[in-house]
Amino acid sequence: MIPSAFDYHAPDTLDEAVALLERHGDEAKVLSGGQSLLPLLKLRLGDAGHLVDIGRIPGLTGITEADGYLRIGGATREADLERSDLIREKYPILLDTAAVIADPLVRNRATVGGNLAHGDPANDHPATMLALDAEVVARGPRGERTIPITRFFTGLFATALAPAEILTEIRIPVPPPRSGGAYVKLERKVGDYATAAAAVQVTLGGQGEIARIGIGLTNAGPTPIEATAAEGSLRGRQPDAAAIAEAARLAADATSPSADRRGSVEYKRDMARVLTGRAIHKAVQRAGGQ
Amino acid sequence: MATHDVRITVNGAPQEGAVESRLLLVHWLRDVLRLTGTHIGCDTTHCGACTVLLDGEPVKSCTVLAVQADGREVQTVEGLEQNGTLHPLQEGFQQEHGLQCGFCTPGMLMTGRALLDRNADPSEADIRQAISGNLCRCTGYVSIVKSVEYAAAKLREGSAS
Ligand SMILES: Cc1cc2nc3c(=O)[nH]c(=O)nc-3n(C[C@H](O)[C@H](O)[C@H](O)COP(=O)(O)OP(=O)(O)OC[C@H]3O[C@@H](n4cnc5c(N)ncnc54)[C@H](O)[C@@H]3O)c2cc1C
Ligand code: FES
Ligand code: FES
Repeated sequence: MIPSAFDYHAPDTLDEAVALLERHGDEAKVLSGGQSLLPLLKLRLGDAGHLVDIGRIPGLTGITEADGYLRIGGATREADLERSDLIREKYPILLDTAAVIADPLVRNRATVGGNLAHGDPANDHPATMLALDAEVVARGPRGERTIPITRFFTGLFATALAPAEILTEIRIPVPPPRSGGAYVKLERKVGDYATAAAAVQVTLGGQGEIARIGIGLTNAGPTPIEATAAEGSLRGRQPDAAAIAEAARLAADATSPSADRRGSVEYKRDMARVLTGRAIHKAVQRAGGQ
Repeated sequence: MATHDVRITVNGAPQEGAVESRLLLVHWLRDVLRLTGTHIGCDTTHCGACTVLLDGEPVKSCTVLAVQADGREVQTVEGLEQNGTLHPLQEGFQQEHGLQCGFCTPGMLMTGRALLDRNADPSEADIRQAISGNLCRCTGYVSIVKSVEYAAAKLREGSAS
């Protein structure tokens, strides 16, 4: 199908992009990988008078560690995460996530920034970024600011980004030694959004106890969810079977999924419980624990 | 109506023209250049029948604007055959019965091409992973995997001799 008419802009600099977004106000939308936006425009579920393509702006892509952070450029593609040695070696949770987003063709276009900025609770990166305690860097008419990921998702398809702001970078604190993470997703087939999925990042203390833990849940309510009660229940404790089961149950309690063709509310909550348990187990193993 | 002048290299030949902002790459290829080998199989970016290589990487051309390909290189199924000789992938699909209706085939071929460009000796799992965004509703994936394996073997033979 053919989208309604719009104008297209391909600025060369961030300043120009921000100025275009400001000039065209409500009519304008950022175009990144286009793998969420173009399908919406094609189905005419969405509308835009002006698309501001950030794909030709230098400096918006890349995966590097600097100043204690892993920095992922806002327009970095999922395929780049999958192929990065740094991600493969040090951030398996991000590799787990990228590998189950859509399909390989979509991942050659879809960007990490777009996956967050879309504000879709069914997208997979939000939960991982919650588990990793990331920050999002946004550039707008009044300059740059940093938004903690815990304050980023404000509603269904809504984020803390102002209309003329561009997500330029995701910053993830470099995990200390004895850390590990995992993302576990249940999907009906390749390219499907999660029936349920859980992201867990842990750091173990000297006695093998959980020193730090982040748990994020996908497609479990109107926004991505951080399972704070589950996190609290494990902090300072040995991650034995009973403690993990208790945390998984608390994570399921934090969900409010809606019934659809992927399953009933009860089923999805129970899957959130099962997957959280598995993700904690895998994260602990990867951190070098049992 | 907003139009843009674009210059896109298609199967090695530069093509120029004015395109409307909303024109999808697949429509430009099919309706303007008349390269109808690239198919459209869905409205929801799911099927992969429209797969082309954009700067060497397989993408769904129904979900890329033509104007986004400005200055870049596109390869379509029409570019596989060279001087009347089928590409080993095309030969493989013929020999191993990799197609029935043929609707998904152009996409499968282009995804296969990108895979073999990166990995001369893919395992069955590599092939299945690579084509996981290309849906076939009739042949079944077993013969498609064999077809790609056939092409990989033939290409390796060619480069060894
Ligand atoms: C068949 C299919 C299956 C999919 N399956 C999954 C899946 O399983 N899991 C999953 O997580 N995703 C899935 N997706 C979504 C895909 O990963 C999206 O492309 C991604 O979520 C959005 O990234 P994008 O770069 O394509 O963004 P776009 O489509 O370009 O933009 C999406 C939205 O975010 C805004 N935006 C984008 N980038 C920025 C930025 N830097 N700053 C400010 N605003 C911005 C746009 O204005 C737009 O509103 C699927 C998509 C398809 C087509
Ligand atoms: S036509 Fe189905 S994915 Fe492009
Ligand atoms: S051969 Fe018919 S869809 Fe694949």
